[in-house]
Amino acid sequence: MTSFSINGRAVTVDAEDDTPLLWVIRDIIGLTGTKFGCGIGMCGACTVHVGGRPTRSCITPLASVAGAKVTTIEGLDPDGRHPVQKAWADLQVPQCGYCQSGQIMQAASLINDFPSPSDQDIDAVMAGNLCRCMTYVRIRNAIKQAAAQSKKVATHE
Amino acid sequence: MFKKLLIAVVIFGCLGLAGFGVLAWEPAIAPIVAPPAGSFAPELVAKGEALAGGGYCAACHTAKGGQTFAGGYEMATPFGVIYSTNITPDPETGIGSWSEAAFRRAMHEGVSRDGSHLLPVFSFDHFTKLSDEDVQALYAYFMTRTPVHAPARPNGIPFPFNIRYLQAGWKLLFFRPGRFEPDLTKTAEWNRGAYLALGLSHCGACHTPRNLLGAEKGSDAYGGAVIDNWVAPPLTAANPAPAPWTQDELYDYLRTGASVLHGTAAGPMSPVIEGLSALPDSDVRAIATYFADVDKAAERLPSVSATVSHAMSLASARAGEHFDPDDDSDERLYTAACASCHYNAVSAPLAARPDLALNSAVHLSDPSNLIQVIVRGIGAAEGMPDVVMPAFGRALSDADIARIAAYLRRTRTNLPPWPDLVMKVVTNRQQNSATN
Repeated sequence: MTSFSINGRAVTVDAEDDTPLLWVIRDIIGLTGTKFGCGIGMCGACTVHVGGRPTRSCITPLASVAGAKVTTIEGLDPDGRHPVQKAWADLQVPQCGYCQSGQIMQAASLINDFPSPSDQDIDAVMAGNLCRCMTYVRIRNAIKQAAAQSKKVATHE
Repeated sequence: MFKKLLIAVVIFGCLGLAGFGVLAWEPAIAPIVAPPAGSFAPELVAKGEALAGGGYCAACHTAKGGQTFAGGYEMATPFGVIYSTNITPDPETGIGSWSEAAFRRAMHEGVSRDGSHLLPVFSFDHFTKLSDEDVQALYAYFMTRTPVHAPARPNGIPFPFNIRYLQAGWKLLFFRPGRFEPDLTKTAEWNRGAYLALGLSHCGACHTPRNLLGAEKGSDAYGGAVIDNWVAPPLTAANPAPAPWTQDELYDYLRTGASVLHGTAAGPMSPVIEGLSALPDSDVRAIATYFADVDKAAERLPSVSATVSHAMSLASARAGEHFDPDDDSDERLYTAACASCHYNAVSAPLAARPDLALNSAVHLSDPSNLIQVIVRGIGAAEGMPDVVMPAFGRALSDADIARIAAYLRRTRTNLPPWPDLVMKVVTNRQQNSATN
């Protein structure tokens, strides 16, 4: 039995300690916004936040999130209006959309860590999130727009 | 003539043995009926609880998945497998029949209630430094725990190491009983830190190398040692991390499980951080003060910012737009697997993005810690609070893990490459599957 919180809700899961967190999120908890891509932490499609940090859930054992706060794409913003999500919609970033929940989760923490990200920052941090439709240029633009938007919000507050 | 000599040898031999017997013999201390839990003052019990945390008693006296303090934790020593004992107040299988005097003798002299010598895997060589008051508080804490009936598991140590009598010889050679004596030339804070580090928290038990008979080498205190397939790094000036372990860095690391300029606690250091959380800030600050003196951090202070910027330049030269996948396939692997977290913008590392150019594990002469962390990851309860590192053991081949380690060593340090990395990864996996 492992207990943790997911999108602010406490859950207790009866599964083997080494069960990948991704399986628990999709198959047991039933939140399917997080996607299975490669299964070896090399494509980023399964990215969620653990303790606010982007984490590849496909290779994260269930036991290691005991007591932690997990956030999935469903919980990033209550109305789906996180600056990164808004920029994604504005710039029509996705093509097939399979990688986008992972991209958005990674990008959300990127603009948190680097409020004015350079191209170098974006390339380095986002390189582990693959997009087979090659929308990388739009992803980069959306990240810059979301970062600018977040800073505006921050100065208004 | 020869006969006389032989008789003399035999007589002296017998006298020697008898002498040793007298020396080795310790009386049993009469069993007691455990005093009711309510007879211990709550403040004393609370003090004992904090001390038991600071000594991580639960880390060794709790089996994997077992009840706290009920013993049975398996310790693989060079002398064979030893199981820890039950220190709950169960009268038959724990310490329920131990008087405070018996408990104190065990802590200060390494002798069980029945008079048999305890094995030095129990760090009585450190606990002997504890004050009587602290031992009394620990006794009050343990005697007020819920008794658990859990008989000791037989140890797997071969003859002659299993002869308890012979432990007296070990003690004669290596054990110097006695309470902590403050160094009056140092501050009160330093002395508090030394008391905790040398006694209760027994830092040397892992960080000081041991001799062939398993005793800590006093001449190489905190020189670093291997424990449970991890490296307990040197806590002296010989520590190879680029940035010095200053009082502030040590404090952050010991208090929160991570420091910006060194990295995150993991492996056997995790229960240490967890245990220390029971101690007040002032005690952790005192331990940091003591070790900042041991590692001579003050002498390296002027060069900290230069060291950090140099390390960061190594890291940033390899990130982002300089990334050319055709140029270095190891770099491509690192970028895909690691850079989403382990990348920083040029100037200074962010606390939440541990920079491997500063990381202790990348700079140790032995790659074990780096391999361990890549293979096993780091759980939310370990190291940096609530943050997880995924376990790449299932995702990456031995060769790929070795490539990442070699790449970091090559690009983030000026140190010689680690030899036989692939074999190291293979061995590490075998050891992990054997112990898990």
